[in-house]
Amino acid sequence: MVDPQKTGTQQAQAQLRSGAASMHGPAQVAGGASSSLRHESAHLHVAGEARYVDDVPLPPNAVHVALGLSGRAHARILGMDLGAVEAYPGVLCVLRARDIAHHNQISPVGAGDEPLLAEDHVFFCGQPLFAVVAQTRHAARHAAVLAKVDYEDLPAVLNIEQARAQGSALVCRSLEMTRGDAPRALGSAPRRLAGQLAIGGQEHFYLEGQAALAWPGEDGEMRVCSSTQHPTETQHMVAHVLGCPNNLVTVEVRRMGGGFGGKETQANIVACLAALAAARTGRPAKLRLDRDDDMMVTGKRHDFVIDYDVGFDEQGHVLGVDMELAARCGWSADLSGPVTDRALFHADNAYYYPDVRLRSMPLRTNTQSNTAFRGFGGPQGAAAAERIMEEIAFATGLDPLDVRLRNVYGTTERNMTPYHMTVEDSISAEVMTQLAQDCDYRHRRAQIRAFNRTSPHIRRGIALTPVKFGISFTATHFNQAGALVHVYTDGSVQVNHGGTEMGQGLHTKMVQIAMREFGLARERVRITATTTGKVPNTSATAASSGADLNGMAVLAAVRTIKDRLVAFAATRWQVAPEQVRFTADGVVVGEELVPFATLVNAAYMARISLSSTGFYKTPKISWDAATGRGRPFYYFAYGAACAEVAVDLLTGENRMERVDILHDAGLSLNPDIDIGQIEGGFVQGAGWLTMEELFWDTSGRLRTHAPSTYKIPACSDRPRIFNVKLMDNVPNREDTIFRSKAVGEPPFVHGLAVLHAISDALASMNDYRTCPGLNAPATPEQILRVAERLRQQSGADHAQVHT
Amino acid sequence: MRQHISFYVGDTLHHLSDLPPELTLLDWLRDQQSRTGTKEGCNEGDCGACTVLVGRLEQGALVWRAVNACIHMVWMLDGAQLLTVEDLRGPDGQLHPVQQAMVDEHGSQCGFCTPGFVMSMVALSAQRVDLAELEGTLDGERIINEALAGNLCRCTGYAPIVRAMKKAAAYCARHGEPISARTPELTARLHALRDGKTVELRSPEGRVTLPASVDALASAYAQDPAAVLVAGGTDVGLWVTKRLRRLPHVIAVRAAQDLHQIQTRPDGALWIGAGVTYTEAMPHLVAHLPAAADTLRRIGSTQVRNAATVCGNIGNASPIGDGPPVFMAAGARLHLRCGPERRVVALEDFFLDYGKQDIRPGEFIEGVLVPPLAPRSVCGVYKVSKRFDQDISAVLGAFVLVMAEDGAIQQARLAYGGMAGIPCRATRAEAALLGQHRTQAALHAAQAAMKEDFTPLSDMRASAWYRATVAANLLARLFEAGSVTNPPGAPTLENWQEVAHG
Repeated sequence: MVDPQKTGTQQAQAQLRSGAASMHGPAQVAGGASSSLRHESAHLHVAGEARYVDDVPLPPNAVHVALGLSGRAHARILGMDLGAVEAYPGVLCVLRARDIAHHNQISPVGAGDEPLLAEDHVFFCGQPLFAVVAQTRHAARHAAVLAKVDYEDLPAVLNIEQARAQGSALVCRSLEMTRGDAPRALGSAPRRLAGQLAIGGQEHFYLEGQAALAWPGEDGEMRVCSSTQHPTETQHMVAHVLGCPNNLVTVEVRRMGGGFGGKETQANIVACLAALAAARTGRPAKLRLDRDDDMMVTGKRHDFVIDYDVGFDEQGHVLGVDMELAARCGWSADLSGPVTDRALFHADNAYYYPDVRLRSMPLRTNTQSNTAFRGFGGPQGAAAAERIMEEIAFATGLDPLDVRLRNVYGTTERNMTPYHMTVEDSISAEVMTQLAQDCDYRHRRAQIRAFNRTSPHIRRGIALTPVKFGISFTATHFNQAGALVHVYTDGSVQVNHGGTEMGQGLHTKMVQIAMREFGLARERVRITATTTGKVPNTSATAASSGADLNGMAVLAAVRTIKDRLVAFAATRWQVAPEQVRFTADGVVVGEELVPFATLVNAAYMARISLSSTGFYKTPKISWDAATGRGRPFYYFAYGAACAEVAVDLLTGENRMERVDILHDAGLSLNPDIDIGQIEGGFVQGAGWLTMEELFWDTSGRLRTHAPSTYKIPACSDRPRIFNVKLMDNVPNREDTIFRSKAVGEPPFVHGLAVLHAISDALASMNDYRTCPGLNAPATPEQILRVAERLRQQSGADHAQVHT
Repeated sequence: MRQHISFYVGDTLHHLSDLPPELTLLDWLRDQQSRTGTKEGCNEGDCGACTVLVGRLEQGALVWRAVNACIHMVWMLDGAQLLTVEDLRGPDGQLHPVQQAMVDEHGSQCGFCTPGFVMSMVALSAQRVDLAELEGTLDGERIINEALAGNLCRCTGYAPIVRAMKKAAAYCARHGEPISARTPELTARLHALRDGKTVELRSPEGRVTLPASVDALASAYAQDPAAVLVAGGTDVGLWVTKRLRRLPHVIAVRAAQDLHQIQTRPDGALWIGAGVTYTEAMPHLVAHLPAAADTLRRIGSTQVRNAATVCGNIGNASPIGDGPPVFMAAGARLHLRCGPERRVVALEDFFLDYGKQDIRPGEFIEGVLVPPLAPRSVCGVYKVSKRFDQDISAVLGAFVLVMAEDGAIQQARLAYGGMAGIPCRATRAEAALLGQHRTQAALHAAQAAMKEDFTPLSDMRASAWYRATVAANLLARLFEAGSVTNPPGAPTLENWQEVAHG
């Protein structure tokens, strides 16, 4: 029997090298991988038939859980009177920290700083204190607000400024990356400037809130349906708090109603509490957070304050960069270490810094524990790089696009990152140049400047920014994946893998891989819910890696089965293995065309295994945080965006008039789905940088905890003209699944073009002499404040603005 | 007197009698009817994942309205035809053209918002048969944006959803819209449900009175002034879902058919009865106050305006409601009634202080009367919020200047929302304008005077500085060239491209 791990991967690579000639050539089936196919659940989505956790039918004895939350940002709990909670009709029990017999601890990185339920202290306003278990969700929610908690307030550190001023502790180690001698380069540079960029956080606002349903089984078993991006970690956490081995816990997720990183670790809170309630009552237990509770409890994108010092020459070339990136991490470590690391990994965005020093400062604060969110710190780092480019452009009077083009990574020189990885695949210059041509950037920029000279209140701006995004988990061991493929005797196929579907089309792509390999139509390949019972020890569906990792694992499993079928057919029909090919019409065996189902059934009768696992691990990568050196990324994904905006100087209101994006998805596994990722990622990124504002009051209470106060982009906020294209014919240089590239996170960074276009519009107020220094989110208020500052600097009376 | 409500869900007729007053349509659908296609995204009417269609007879004709089921109470459905996403498939199971277009155009990613979008899109395709003809025009884009403003999607960036909407509209223009095709049948069965009776529902949790007439409402409320009056429920719904309040006795305003009147009186004044929703009032209001059109279309969302009443927006007396400043600037008067007694107050006199109005126990708003604009009026209404659509205003300014023949300002009404604990007028700024011509000097004097008018708050929507600055700047918009004749007024982001290109 062949080794399924080795054979699948090796042959995948062999196929990639030799193309369609081998027996594993693409079957040219309609909708197979590398062509567009609608989302595997689209027909269910539109009919309301796609089932999410909250839609799973419950038995009548099921119980419901609601949370009691801290009302203080930092305090000692002196007493908690839950009498009224327990007495509320329908309440079965209340769980508090002391009721957790085993481990009240869910730090995903083993930091031991994240109790599931508060013990004697609370560390942020919104921290779960207790969980009410009741016969109905209504009763649980009504009871939960009846607790009387007695606090002794302690000093709270709420934001980066306070944390720095008070020398607040870090939640994890700081990372430093150095290459060359930044202080010397800065000291000897012809031009030098320093500044600060503040960049806000972001609520995930997945439309489906956190939810989990736990079913107690026999002999201590627990099955959990969870809206989680990381079923394996959820399994481990549930087992940990229940004090049982992992083999008693099965975590299953068919789909999520959005994740964006917000369900990578945060889903554990809900799953663990549902499991505890189920274990306590012996009945199925569901916890679905109300939206306000969800936003009060769970972490968000990290906000950053980035101090930069840059040396450059008159031609706009960067000579040296020194940066400190401080992040509000919240009350516990969670994933703040790797998030702030990735901010450093992307603090160069697409640019070469000859001499560079970068430092992270992951600050502990008494706010929600910030967590993974699409880009994982990368977009914040890239924002700093783009601010530097903008500063240089204003200082030198050059077009910002020219400054950017002069500093992008080369392929054979000027190609070393601050973490000593050689960039081998840079296409930034080509992407930017082509986009600038396609969207007529230069001409429009001139037109906009002419328009602004005569328009008192409405100003327009344009900017073109690149993205270069590193693909792989920076924690090398996460870069592995498994799959399990079954072929049934009727020739239908079931595919399972370790990734989760949150809307990104991962399951669709996995189905397409099996379709392409077996030559089967869509209806013959079914994907099933992700479960720790089928594929164990998986990594989170995160870091854009879902299709890269799981796709190769699925391919390996499929290839293993194909190898067996080929060997069987060659023997049975007396042909050479090379004469067996899988096509859309059936399996060609020598001169015969054998229907797939016929071949499969014959193989079954001959006692050939029709099921296989598949395994994949990303080659070439390594990373040593201690030295700040390595090759953390298998490859980079590239792209560029050009945004044009209009800004009203009387109010700061703004609108995206036109956006053009050119993006590199390698040889896309599914061009339509990838374009959807780019459109959606861009709008989400633009929302982060414009209207989405998290606001904590002075007591540390988050005041934007519902869509009434926290505004994500609505339909009319999409660009009026919106052109999104994939780069043509740019196969990944590395051996990825069918030479595609990851596409989940990189397009999020395109939102930066909008921030810079608004900045460009504002710069018109001072005749483009001053860098506006626009921070994010660029809300109408933020824009008006910058406008006011520029107006005062210019001394001109462009508008009758009253102060 | 009837003791149950009757309504259709799909083709099933339901009679319900023991309804808790706070039972939301969403909870009933999901928990009691196993209709889990309708999703809960926010439970406060802001995300649209729970959008359903309510069909009612308006002036005898069947009209479909998309509403948020999470803040719609079940008792509101008396006499209605409800459609949820489960009801859209055709007789042989085929998808509705909107659903098919969403599949074809990749309009769903995670799929959670999708049923809500589909319902809003079906409502639009059933109501706007001309949508396909408008494709590519600014009007066509605006209509789609408005119809979908109350549906949030975090995955797609909306572009494929809008493409699907256009594709479905084109299909329906050629082949017809399937729900509309059932209009005669559905109209007939809804007619059969009408009996003009007052309804009283009792359950262990409380009671609901649905008075059939304003007289019945007046007497029910006089008898129990502690009852909560509910019209569209877009505010009270949140008391239930977020503040977890109990409503032991609810009196339904919209049950009274005689409160649904909206008409222009012989003197040109517009009467809006307490049962009239913003959606129903919209064409009348736009004709009556053209300068307010862009702002009125941004109140709440389509789903909210389909349920929320104009008078409810006044009655709840929020300092940040968008209707009150507009009506205040127009000189509206509120008609109040308590039992048989009636009185009339000027709108600005109704709001006394934050949370305090000139209204007595048992007294309710019967309607609002908006006088016609005087000749030579200059109007501007400007809403400013973090997000353009479906956002609560940071500041809303509604201005009416009445000019003398010589061009001097004879009368000035400058009403603001978001600047104080109540919607109110900038009296000092108004005084500074009287007798002045519309010059920069007059503007600056009014802006300076406005500093004394308001001490706004800082909160998550905006700082005091922003509110004060924008309040003054909005007055500058009114003074811009072009607004002597209105509309069009000063260039704003809503109209500048039309202005620039036109």
